[in-house]
Amino acid sequence: MDVYSRHNINISGPIDGQPMVFAHGFGCDQNMWRHVAPRFADRFKVVLFDHAGAGGADPSAYDTNRHTSLHAYADDVLRICRELDLRDVIFVGHSVSAMIGGLAALSAPEIFSKLVFVGPSPRYIDDDGYVGGFTDDDISELLDSLESNYLGWSSVMAPVIMGNPDRPQLGAELTESFCRTDPDIARRFARVTFMSDNRADLPNITTPTLVLQCSNDVIAPVAVGEYVRDSMPNASLVMLQATGHCPNLSAPDETTAAIAAFVAA
Amino acid sequence: MAREDFYAALLDDDAEKLYEQAPCGYLSTTPDGLIIKVNQTFLTLTGYRRDDLVGRRAFADLLTAGGRIYHETHYAPMLRLQGKAREIALDLVRADGSKLPVLVNSVLERLDDGAPAVVRTAVFDATERRAYERELLQAKRRAEESEAHATDLARTLQQTLIPPAPPEIPGLDIAAAYRPAGAGDEVGGDFYDIFELSDGSWVVGLGDVRGKGVQAAVVAALARHTIRAAAVRARQPSEVLRVLNTVLLRDDVDRYCTVVVLFLRRVDNVWEAIVSCGGHAPPLLVRSGRELSAFGEPGTLIGVFDEPELVDTGVTLKAGESLVLTTDGVTEGRRGREFFGESRLAAAVAANCGSAQSIVDGILADVLAFQGGHARDDIAIVVAGVAGVAGV
Repeated sequence: MDVYSRHNINISGPIDGQPMVFAHGFGCDQNMWRHVAPRFADRFKVVLFDHAGAGGADPSAYDTNRHTSLHAYADDVLRICRELDLRDVIFVGHSVSAMIGGLAALSAPEIFSKLVFVGPSPRYIDDDGYVGGFTDDDISELLDSLESNYLGWSSVMAPVIMGNPDRPQLGAELTESFCRTDPDIARRFARVTFMSDNRADLPNITTPTLVLQCSNDVIAPVAVGEYVRDSMPNASLVMLQATGHCPNLSAPDETTAAIAAFVAA
Repeated sequence: MAREDFYAALLDDDAEKLYEQAPCGYLSTTPDGLIIKVNQTFLTLTGYRRDDLVGRRAFADLLTAGGRIYHETHYAPMLRLQGKAREIALDLVRADGSKLPVLVNSVLERLDDGAPAVVRTAVFDATERRAYERELLQAKRRAEESEAHATDLARTLQQTLIPPAPPEIPGLDIAAAYRPAGAGDEVGGDFYDIFELSDGSWVVGLGDVRGKGVQAAVVAALARHTIRAAAVRARQPSEVLRVLNTVLLRDDVDRYCTVVVLFLRRVDNVWEAIVSCGGHAPPLLVRSGRELSAFGEPGTLIGVFDEPELVDTGVTLKAGESLVLTTDGVTEGRRGREFFGESRLAAAVAANCGSAQSIVDGILADVLAFQGGHARDDIAIVVAGVAGVAGV
């Protein structure tokens, strides 16, 4: 299977433009960039994709045995960059994809020219002297919450999500289901995401990085964004007026402006 | 009261009462989530005072931490992208710290220019429904565990039917393979065995019990042990099959099988091979410089007839010559309506006849590739040959 269908890759903008790769976080898919990514397509080659197990990625792309750490997702990003022959890449990662991009840049720094971390967190769970914002119990609660919300999934949503090209009438429903994934995969990805600890990797990521921090983000609090900036040798932080964890949806203008200023510099 | 009076009372029901006393909690927030309006039902459900919430708290603040993550990663994006979110299960934290399981529907209202204006949310107490769901989930988990346990058990049983690796036998070159059907989670009735008798001769048994599942595996185990026991006294393979036939007929099992039994006796520098088949396709005889040929008579099924027709056929095997025993998982491997068939089997043998192991590997690779890697039936292969290079 080619990389395009494996990761539901969508490319827009000038074919020879500098590539900007937008990566979505835990929960949804590339639709998260709907209001931001197109605004860069006038001068950048904009690459959108879905992580294995999410959105329109081919079901076979997800490997239960391999996707057990963020490194596997970072490997997927590198594979995309290599198979599309992307160089000088500006990687824009939302939420957990910030660390995924960081890990990718760590193992193949020559591919990346800049990183944009939107609401990053190198560790979500509190640790001795470090405040990530969550406890182990909170994460168990999240897993329960996922389970509860996916109750009706298997019979009702499965045929829609698994894709059914013979029945185009399902297309309308599909647009409503972009935040729904196979409950097993959602639970595994949640565990991989919220159990991750990439604090030790940050000092080794030398690619110039912009941290976009929302002012009231329960998932990635301000102190965590500052921790990321302070731990990286080449990072700056822009504080957004936007609140919540998804400024790409709630404040696309502000988010776009901040990214544009960074990539133009 | 007259019907007209009812209507009048309903029409008089003022909007405020409809809102405050609605049979569900109701709240309005800014697009960012800050609560700007809340009804009495919601306050009663949660124990908060209006002043605690309005203009002070965001809806997400009232959720458990896990629920807040779900809210930020799923709920809020859904609301933004499709203007509504339905039947979301969350836990609200009441004023007294207790949790209230709720189901939540929200709609996002936009201004004329499309900018988000207000989020309206209806909250339903789901305490009993969620308790029921938890029971369902637990039952589902138990069912999944039981299934995993059963599969595990069946696999273990299956593994006991197959010797881990063919023994090293001086003068003989023996290799074998077993591959379960499907993704490896189906239990089949194929079995094989290779063992030595006290006089230094060797016995190979290979068979296929009809059907799949634990019942088939149990009969396969019985067949294998019976072959071992019967071989001790038997002078010919057909005698082993007759004993097995009697045992299966007497045993209260509704299963029959096809079996091939091969005796290998060393006579000076050559090996004498005697084969008897009980309803099983005869083995292929591989000899240098000659066409592959089926060796032996098919015979009748084992476990069906009181007097099975069984024939012993003998041949002398020289260095480099071998017999190929397979179950029908090989020849009946399917691609669409097409079978792998005997000619493909013969071709796989001919192309790989360097050693017993290379023949086994070649057959297995070809039949799996033919079926796109997904075996429809379980497959057992034993190749027994005389060590050394042909013609020496």
